[in-house]
Amino acid sequence: MIDWSIIAGSLPDFLAGLKVTLGLLAISLATGLLLSVPLAVARVSSNPWVSRPVWLYTYVIRGTPLLVQLFIVYYGFAQIDFVRHSALWDLFKNAWFCAWFAFALNTTAYTTEIIAGALKATPHGEIEAARSVGMSSFSLYARILLPSALRRALPQYGNEAVGMMHATAIASTVTLVDLTRVARDVYANHLVTVEAFGTVAIFYFVLTFALVGLFKVAEHYGLRHLRAQTERSTVAISGAEMKTK
Amino acid sequence: MSFAINSTRRTLVLLLAGLATAAVFAQAPDWKKIRIGVEGNYPPFSQIAPDGKLAGFDIDIANAICAQLKADCQLVQQEWDGMIPALNVRKFDAIVASMTISEERKKAVDFSDPYYDVPSRWVAKAGAFKDATPESLRGKKIAVIRNSPRAKFVGEQYKGSETLLVNKETDVYMELAAGRADIGFGSSVVSGEAFLKKPEGKGYAQVGPAVNLGGGAGVGIAIRKGDDALREKINGALKAILADGRYKTMANKYFDFDVSPNRNQ
Repeated sequence: MIDWSIIAGSLPDFLAGLKVTLGLLAISLATGLLLSVPLAVARVSSNPWVSRPVWLYTYVIRGTPLLVQLFIVYYGFAQIDFVRHSALWDLFKNAWFCAWFAFALNTTAYTTEIIAGALKATPHGEIEAARSVGMSSFSLYARILLPSALRRALPQYGNEAVGMMHATAIASTVTLVDLTRVARDVYANHLVTVEAFGTVAIFYFVLTFALVGLFKVAEHYGLRHLRAQTERSTVAISGAEMKTK
Repeated sequence: MSFAINSTRRTLVLLLAGLATAAVFAQAPDWKKIRIGVEGNYPPFSQIAPDGKLAGFDIDIANAICAQLKADCQLVQQEWDGMIPALNVRKFDAIVASMTISEERKKAVDFSDPYYDVPSRWVAKAGAFKDATPESLRGKKIAVIRNSPRAKFVGEQYKGSETLLVNKETDVYMELAAGRADIGFGSSVVSGEAFLKKPEGKGYAQVGPAVNLGGGAGVGIAIRKGDDALREKINGALKAILADGRYKTMANKYFDFDVSPNRNQ
């Protein structure tokens, strides 16, 4: 039933689409991570003038669908004279830039909340200990809070990365030829469903597993201190026993 | 235990009975109920009116055919690039969506007689191009709807130009107005109705003469391969509508020139 020749014939297109999907994902996630660390620190600030604007930003972005955000950037900005008649237009004219802008804005909001949540969940004892040795707020964040929070945020952030990868399919609505658009073109040109969407589903599936695997490795090393330390504690106990003997 | 087996068996029997009835119903349609796929992004042929209802020449034609056949019709809106697959998986029984009759499409579907025929046109900022030859458009960006005879034509004839393949016909003019394309290639009627006659189209004009792509094949109603009874019914209804002046009345609502098929013969 499955027409393998169609799949084989469109493989180069799928690979080109894969490049676009991966490119969009990489630049969006990189921007998102870079921006969300300082934003998360601002988000947990006790100064409302610092924390409230970040709260508002994440609230608005998380409260609207990514598709709507992309349409506002791609189609909406083109109608604003201020954007059209400024140097900004050279950027927003480009579909890639629009997609990157909207995706980065979106994932930054979610990642900010993930990291802010991890920061808030830091045990008080760690903070008190840092304060008691006279650490400044900067050192406290740089040495204690952020390294620990970023590690604990890994599982949730892994979900966000996978979600973002699937969300890149939305780029196909603004003329970018990503994996999903290639599938829709194959579907429209060869009038076959399984060959088009089945193939693209396998691509996404493999991508998801690769991402999940990457985060598993990162969690293995990054969260070692939170795992049950069977081996080490056995050694410690037997050491203690040796001493008492 | 025995209860569980009984209930499973009963479910199976019910399921089989259901399948059997479905098969009987699917076997011999009398076409008193017809589901028609339409697009909605191709003014003035197919669009969503301000009241949210489907409207346009395609819609009027579909309704007139149904009235002629005394059939109970349901219009199903479907995006352009999934149109033929949706027909073939029986989401609907006929496509009335300004679909140009082409050799490639004939491999997948059957077509009725043509119900209208209009040429394609180039549209750009007034004065930007004196003609639309491949030489004039070298290095320029052309907006055209993807997966269409027009996109194929541009791809084959305008190799020196960049193409911006958009998802809907109306996007051709949106991208043109946004400045993401230098020139658009679309239906002569849609470019006029959806763009040039509107405030957004101010300062834009047609470039060069009209282009006939279909080789005079025109636009037809697509049906699944082998649904000959439905094709005969639709062709009969089209003939009746064309003959008694209903077609002319409908066409005059939208066009100030003749769009009727085979007018040159």
